[in-house]
Amino acid sequence: MAELILAGKPFIAGAGKGIALVSSEPLSFWGGYDWKTGEIIDRRHPLSGLIAKDKVLAIPFTRGSSTTTAVLLEAIRAKTAPAAILTTATDFFFALASIVADELYATPIPLVALTESDFVKLKTGDEVEVREDGKVVVRRT
Amino acid sequence: MTLQLSDKDKAMLRGDEGPATMMAMSILVRMAEVSGAKELLDISGAHIDSTVYIGEAGLEFAERLASLGARVRVPTTLNVSGLDEHHWREWAVNAEWARQAKRQMDAYASMGTIPTWTCAPYQTSERPQFGQQIAWGESNAIVFANSVIGARTERYPDLFDICCAITGRAPAIGLHLTENRAGELLLRLKDIPRALQDADDFYPVLGHFIGKIARDRISVIDGLAVSPAEDSLKALGAAAASSGGVALFHVVGVTPEAPTMDAAFQNLSPRETVDVTMDLLREARRDLTHTEDDELDMVVLGSPHFSLTEFKTLAPLVAGKRKNPRVKFLVTSSRAMTQLAKQAGYLDVLQAFGAQLTVDTCILTTPMLPPEIQRLMTNSAKFAYYTPGLLGRQMAFGSLKDCVNSAIEGRIVRDESLWLS
Repeated sequence: MAELILAGKPFIAGAGKGIALVSSEPLSFWGGYDWKTGEIIDRRHPLSGLIAKDKVLAIPFTRGSSTTTAVLLEAIRAKTAPAAILTTATDFFFALASIVADELYATPIPLVALTESDFVKLKTGDEVEVREDGKVVVRRT
Repeated sequence: MTLQLSDKDKAMLRGDEGPATMMAMSILVRMAEVSGAKELLDISGAHIDSTVYIGEAGLEFAERLASLGARVRVPTTLNVSGLDEHHWREWAVNAEWARQAKRQMDAYASMGTIPTWTCAPYQTSERPQFGQQIAWGESNAIVFANSVIGARTERYPDLFDICCAITGRAPAIGLHLTENRAGELLLRLKDIPRALQDADDFYPVLGHFIGKIARDRISVIDGLAVSPAEDSLKALGAAAASSGGVALFHVVGVTPEAPTMDAAFQNLSPRETVDVTMDLLREARRDLTHTEDDELDMVVLGSPHFSLTEFKTLAPLVAGKRKNPRVKFLVTSSRAMTQLAKQAGYLDVLQAFGAQLTVDTCILTTPMLPPEIQRLMTNSAKFAYYTPGLLGRQMAFGSLKDCVNSAIEGRIVRDESLWLS
């Protein structure tokens, strides 16, 4: 089993782990994420049809609608959110959902920005562990 | 350098201005830190997208703020809600949804806001001025305010817009600052016929293309031979903010920060140049249609909300005609705009055609469509973009005239002449 440790920048610090779902395509959660099930429902997106609940979702950034935050917040409350989200830059939309989830329910989810060169090393199916300090441990069988 | 707060900011954060302001300022400060802001700045207007009812968490957030006594400090318009209060019973909206969405409307209306219930706040009396610092949610409103008006807002998410409105402050980042408003990507229109540039369906298609290629970069469009109407720029922006994260674009010679190419790029060079050809636009247009054949259940217009000018354009197209009885024909708009359209006599013409109206919301934000409606048609790239994922239904895209003709024929018909090579 190969192990890779990436040094990410935690913009909302926290620990979480799960199987990676990775795409270089940005995603709007509004029209793209079903918070009742955790399914990715943007039919143009490469991850369409996959369930991101309890996974580590890796997408470069959010696109489109400003309602992405509200959808992620619903998913956190309904326990259908990813265990952690990895991006290529600080994402305002995800950050806010996590901060408000902390404010309302004391359940923020970890958010970590990776460099683009580290981001491309991730593959769907990797076992990923996100640590408090932003280190991302990737295990591949 | 870390975030520097003013004495007033610190007072709000301590709770001197009450618990709702304290909660809003606490979220604002954490977000400002995440975004790397050095300070907060004063805003003089806000638009709240958080009014859209999604589920329990968004409602709990709104009711928490309301129960703590939240009041906005700047003129604040409200986006579409999850309910057309007066007409929802005519559609498939269930009573439980209506009750929850109404609670969310009541929570935001209790904060001293202006109950505009529209995704097109730039079509209200609260339209901002050039250079004004504002905090707006709703992607189409954000891109319109920045690009067409030259007001300044970051691309604010739901739930954050209300925190800015309650505190009257926003992080001094991104598009609030002149140096971040320069063009990055140059898009040169290449051999695009003048007749197509005059057509209403050119702009949503161009916007859809721009969103895909620009992603979240600021694009500068050069080579337009016509001066597009405001509704055309609205359609372009809404499309680009759906297929991409576009919050600002410039059109050379048209939009206020782009009197010249140099002005649009703030005298810097484009980082990338792309020629926009007919082939690329035809591909973008195809991308907006997801129907398998010509069968049609419903035409839907008004994303973003129909303007008075759009009512004025539509009325003569349908005057004296009657839509096919098998097909529904829906226009979504705001209460205020609908009232003006009524006074001008346009609504009578539309109703004689067989059109229905929905206000305060749209097909994407309230569960109004009955199950037998599966195949839709629109002139909005935003509707076309979101309908398959959000509603699980098929959508065809066409010009306004295509939409009217299809409603009359009872099947999808499109005039392809302007799009042929």
